[in-house]
Amino acid sequence: MSERITGAEAICRALLAEGVDTIFGYPGGQIMPFYDKLYDFTDSLRHILTRHEQGAVHAAQGYARASGRVGVVTVTSGPAATNVITGLGDANIDCTPIVVITGQVGVASLGTDAFQETDVIGITQPITKWAYQIRRPEEIPWAMARAFYIATTGRPGAVVLDITRDAQVGTLDWSYKKTNYIRSYNPAPELQPGEIISAAALINRSERPLILSGHGVMLSEAETDLLALAEKADIPVATTLLGLSTIPSEHPLNKGMVGMHGNIGPNIATNNADVILAVGMRFDDRVTGVIKSYAPQAKIIHIDIDSAEFNKNVKAHIAIHADAKTALRALLPQINKADRKEWLTTFERPENVEQAEVIERETDPKDLGPESPMRMGEVVRKLSEATGNKAIVVTDVGQNQMMSARYSSYTMPKSMITSGGLGTMGFCLPAAIGAKLAEPSREVLAFMGDGGFQMTMQELGTILEYRIGVKMVLLNNNYLGNVRQWQAMFYNNRFSATPMVNPDFVAIAAAYGIPAENVSCRAELDSAIARMAAHDGAYLLNVNIDPTDMVFPMVTPGSAIDNILINATDKYEA
Amino acid sequence: MEKKQLFTISVFTENQVGLLNRISIIFTRRGLNLESVSSSASSVHGIHKMNFTCNSDRETMEKVISQIERCIDVLRAFLYTDDEIVYQEVALYKVPTQKLLDEKDFERIIRVHNARILELTREYTILEKTGHESETQALYELLAKYGILQFIRSGRICITKSPTEHFTRYLEEQEARGKALCDTSEE
Repeated sequence: MSERITGAEAICRALLAEGVDTIFGYPGGQIMPFYDKLYDFTDSLRHILTRHEQGAVHAAQGYARASGRVGVVTVTSGPAATNVITGLGDANIDCTPIVVITGQVGVASLGTDAFQETDVIGITQPITKWAYQIRRPEEIPWAMARAFYIATTGRPGAVVLDITRDAQVGTLDWSYKKTNYIRSYNPAPELQPGEIISAAALINRSERPLILSGHGVMLSEAETDLLALAEKADIPVATTLLGLSTIPSEHPLNKGMVGMHGNIGPNIATNNADVILAVGMRFDDRVTGVIKSYAPQAKIIHIDIDSAEFNKNVKAHIAIHADAKTALRALLPQINKADRKEWLTTFERPENVEQAEVIERETDPKDLGPESPMRMGEVVRKLSEATGNKAIVVTDVGQNQMMSARYSSYTMPKSMITSGGLGTMGFCLPAAIGAKLAEPSREVLAFMGDGGFQMTMQELGTILEYRIGVKMVLLNNNYLGNVRQWQAMFYNNRFSATPMVNPDFVAIAAAYGIPAENVSCRAELDSAIARMAAHDGAYLLNVNIDPTDMVFPMVTPGSAIDNILINATDKYEA
Repeated sequence: MEKKQLFTISVFTENQVGLLNRISIIFTRRGLNLESVSSSASSVHGIHKMNFTCNSDRETMEKVISQIERCIDVLRAFLYTDDEIVYQEVALYKVPTQKLLDEKDFERIIRVHNARILELTREYTILEKTGHESETQALYELLAKYGILQFIRSGRICITKSPTEHFTRYLEEQEARGKALCDTSEE
């Protein structure tokens, strides 16, 4: 005889069956039956009450990105559901597995503009992998199993389950089976041996191959497979922003990051390469620059689990429809050992120029004295080094993001969490909370600007309540720095709506019981970092950043990827 | 820029709520106007078939097709040009009966256009015509002089000229995949 339980209890049991132990959320009217039942599951389901629903969904994203597990969110209907929209869009475009459960009004009230009713499915369909409304309790096991299967497999993404009050309070005969099959959805396509043979032949014949390692490498945990292939064939590797930490920073074949603020070497190499092996990346416009002059000499081998990415932005000469790990493992035995010293040597000149003209100015500014405000790069590099380059780096969006990406070093996978596709300001603080909860033994460094921090600053309350040991670094220039940079470069220094009058951030942190200090000049930086590193628990450094500091190199919008500014006026001359 | 032409998109889906919206927003996002939409059961039990027509270039339409196929509960999407399919639309016309009776040409119009009379009252007559859009439009223009009280044209429906049923084969493959997964999970 099967057990008769409520829908609310079925949700809790299904979460446990899917291996969930942490939920981020916020209660409210139409999700109350679930929250009431959750009270009985306190020992097995840890609920983190964030201070805003947007915080809950970003925290779930951080949790998922740091651990590879599913981030789960539970919120109520109406405004709570609309507050998770940004996070859904962010998670879906950055392939982050999350399942968001929203409460919904009773079935009889659907479509009547009832109190706190919104058309959650209609709103979320365009920005989720799957969105489904549950009206009857009997649907819960089926829909929950499907939700977790869809969120985690293939190209991971965001799933919404909109659960009506009727489905939560009604009863069902409990039985649960995880699913591994949906007729319309094949997340593990059969590898086409012909494509692998052609790709291997192309790589073996090539003189100037380049590997682009994207988020897909991390998602399929193919880091060692990628490295094995690169080392065997002596191929330089560049990563996308979301591919950072798929190859250790110090590995001699790691040539840095591609894209608008990427390293000069791989951006130049992109347009000199004869073969590009693109693994688990989607040729975003921030990576390619203007498409028509992208990689003109290269035959492109594109490995992706999502076939809709093939030929979407860049034409693939060979498309391998598979996850990165499966494809790389199939390729490896067919790849010849090779020595590509001559090609690798071509990276030296751009690397030297970037080191001298950009990196040293940013990380060791000889032009500024000990009493001056700091540049972002030096702060990021020192903090990264203070953690032995082992931290999970979480960033907000803008200059702080690019500087964190460029000047952190990575020694372990899953060490960089950032909002890539959507570019969501306010992402960092809640995402860092989620990352720390997922991986409590790792140091979590949260780099934010003063703008983004204030978008989700209320999550300091979550840090206070759950004693989450996130190390927060505010790269504070009292400007919306990235927009300011564009205004300086392209809008004739007209700083429209970018200067910010800021509060006393140390006092704010203190109000939440979080130790914090102002770092007003370079002379104070080392000791402040040492105190933060020595402190067990959350800590905030409010670092005084030179507002004229800009992110370079830069491929300006509308330029070819090898047309690179090394400062506001000078181009890199090949 | 590749030349625009009319494409027919046939989409086979599971019978789930909300799929038409999910699919149509893929067109909306790219600013593509749907010329016609029709949706009905397919020849396979439990599977729905939606037909869309859209003026665009092939490259864009191919990207749309892959984005449609990516949707959960969409089984397959196919892209056709007019020469690859047999297609029809149906149009209904409501015209004042008296005006028709006054007109000498009426019988010839019905005969030439192969139209049918569905209902005849003292006030109005309802005519039906099936055909391609250009044909139903031609009749519309002829009847316009009598004053058309109401007019409606359906979305395009189509059947492929291909001798093999690609969708049926695809479905068999997917079901075999399910069976294989089921067998391994029970071991």
